[in-house]
Amino acid sequence: MTSAPVLALRGVSKRFGAVQALTDVELEVHAGEVVALVGDNGAGKSTLVKTIAGVHPIDDGQIEWEGRPVHINRPQDAQHLGVATVYQDLALCDNLDVVNNLFLGRELKRRGTLDEVAMEQKARELLDTLSIRIPSVRIPIASLSGGQRQVVAIARSLIGEPKIVILDEPTAALGVEQTAQVLDLVERLRERGLGVILISHNMADVRAVADTVAVLRLGKNNGTFPVQQTTQETIIAAITGATENAVTRRAARTAEAAK
Amino acid sequence: MSNDTKTTPNTMPGPAVDPRLLQRESGLSGYLTEFVRKVRGGDLGSLPVIIGLIVIWLVFSLNDDKYFAASTAEFIAYYMVGIGLLAVGLVFVLLLGEIDLSVGAVSGLAAAVYAVLSVNDHVDPWLAVLLTLLTGTAIGALHGFVFAKIGVPAFIVTLAGFLAWQGVMLWLLGNSGTINLDDKGLNHFLSGNSYFLGGDISGAYILAVLAVASLLFGGFSEQRRRRSAGVPFKPTSELVLRAALLAIGAFGAAYVLNQASGVPNALVLFLALLIICDFVLRRTSYGRKIFAVGGNIEASRRAGISVPAIRISVYAISGTFAALGGLAIAATTNAAGQAGGDPNNLMMAIAAAVIGGTSLFGGRGRVWSALLGMLVIESINAGLYMLGLTLDIQYMITGGVLLAAVVVDSLSRRTQKSSGRA
Repeated sequence: MTSAPVLALRGVSKRFGAVQALTDVELEVHAGEVVALVGDNGAGKSTLVKTIAGVHPIDDGQIEWEGRPVHINRPQDAQHLGVATVYQDLALCDNLDVVNNLFLGRELKRRGTLDEVAMEQKARELLDTLSIRIPSVRIPIASLSGGQRQVVAIARSLIGEPKIVILDEPTAALGVEQTAQVLDLVERLRERGLGVILISHNMADVRAVADTVAVLRLGKNNGTFPVQQTTQETIIAAITGATENAVTRRAARTAEAAK
Repeated sequence: MSNDTKTTPNTMPGPAVDPRLLQRESGLSGYLTEFVRKVRGGDLGSLPVIIGLIVIWLVFSLNDDKYFAASTAEFIAYYMVGIGLLAVGLVFVLLLGEIDLSVGAVSGLAAAVYAVLSVNDHVDPWLAVLLTLLTGTAIGALHGFVFAKIGVPAFIVTLAGFLAWQGVMLWLLGNSGTINLDDKGLNHFLSGNSYFLGGDISGAYILAVLAVASLLFGGFSEQRRRRSAGVPFKPTSELVLRAALLAIGAFGAAYVLNQASGVPNALVLFLALLIICDFVLRRTSYGRKIFAVGGNIEASRRAGISVPAIRISVYAISGTFAALGGLAIAATTNAAGQAGGDPNNLMMAIAAAVIGGTSLFGGRGRVWSALLGMLVIESINAGLYMLGLTLDIQYMITGGVLLAAVVVDSLSRRTQKSSGRA
């Protein structure tokens, strides 16, 4: 992690009317790094992600892409840079099949018409390299389970060869097996050298796949921790904003009792 | 050593297949079981229409033995074109999950515009046709703009258009109320005595051969491409079966129409436009965008599709087809009259699109539903006409058929939901 971060936010602020949603937020994402973005509801996670994705332009601060400052004012700007976002509501077309959804908006063409064969071939390749198992690439999204839709949505974000993938609560509402599949997929994204920003409320998921945890609290940074060397209590304390609370008191008590 | 070669297949497992998945068997039996499964799952396709057509034909020919005649087929084939063209435009709109209530009024206005231009102002008939079609395009684009950019519900925009364009039509026609058209230009081409290759017996068969040959050629060339790319392809038996079914339909229709006077040119134009529209919807990225917007607006927006542009263009297409349909309807009577904006035409066009299998809920349908739906409606109309039923009964029956079609659509959607396909 010594190289320059692919994406860096420097002192980013965002205000909606009377609400200061983000204040001087710093965030760095390197290639091949999974950064978990955690925080309570209303901490500003979604807003932060939307500023990166170009949905909400920032008011103050700077966004750096591979070391140089850039402006992200529209979703297209983010896409051109190489930021792909998978929102919680997935945004897939139920009536279209998997291939069509994967290539929606950037269809492959041959002599001016859709090249279904090449798209199907590439879709199979992509799904195979990600070890995604779905019944068929030619069935409508409506026929897929929630977990399958999630992995299709993530695979879809990879079609444009992004460098950063933002996943907004990818494991919410998924079962045990499906969660594991999505987490596997996140690890495969890291192996491909992508930077991943993972929003999650689930500490188990965060600890399972993230390299770094960035905590937001009330729109401000409240610590960035390497996952390996940090206890869950520390992270939770940062999220709730209390170094003195039931959790830390209990931790201190048990530590003392152990002596 | 020989044992080693036997064990190698086990070390290379193929892609894991979920055992719960229904695997399609190869060959014709697989095709049939898949068909049955689709129907059970609510994916009815053209099945209700074909059953409906057979029932209608049986009922009417039991009532009147003159119904099952070549002249009836000719009547149906010719008179379905005008409203069928309205239905083609409506299929585009329905794919977005929207509605265009103005197509009937726009068709009436288009006939009036054409009549005023070509008869009163002596504009060249083909130029008049072009100007008329552009009028339809502009009107549709205006509806689309008010809907997509200002955000007025499409239902209201086109309802307003329905009234307003009817008014403009009456104003254009003036006191006389009817303008008789000259038998030239497109009006002649679409009239009831203009036949493909002059009604020569070979004309119908040439069209049938072309249809079957192009289906076979397209099917096999796609099969070859898919096979060489290593992706699943349709088995030869399926392609042959499809071609055989089309051949029965096409040559049957050709034979029957030849018993009368041949293939009306209006029908040839209608079929050609259906093929073009089907190509646009299924093979171009523009068509894909229409389906995407009809499926999920937010997903389309995030995929970089300009939703307003798609909406405006689709309404412009609907307006253009409405204008062309208006010209075809006017050509049947060789006059543009006050009955041109008949709301019954609008209802029948919507009914045709829905009966043919295009969903009112958006994202599902084909332009061929305009053809299939019109076959049903005109078969009923021809029967009612023969039985000498008056307008009141005709309205009741058309209304009933429209309701039945929407009920089938809603029910099949519900079945699709419960079997995870919607």
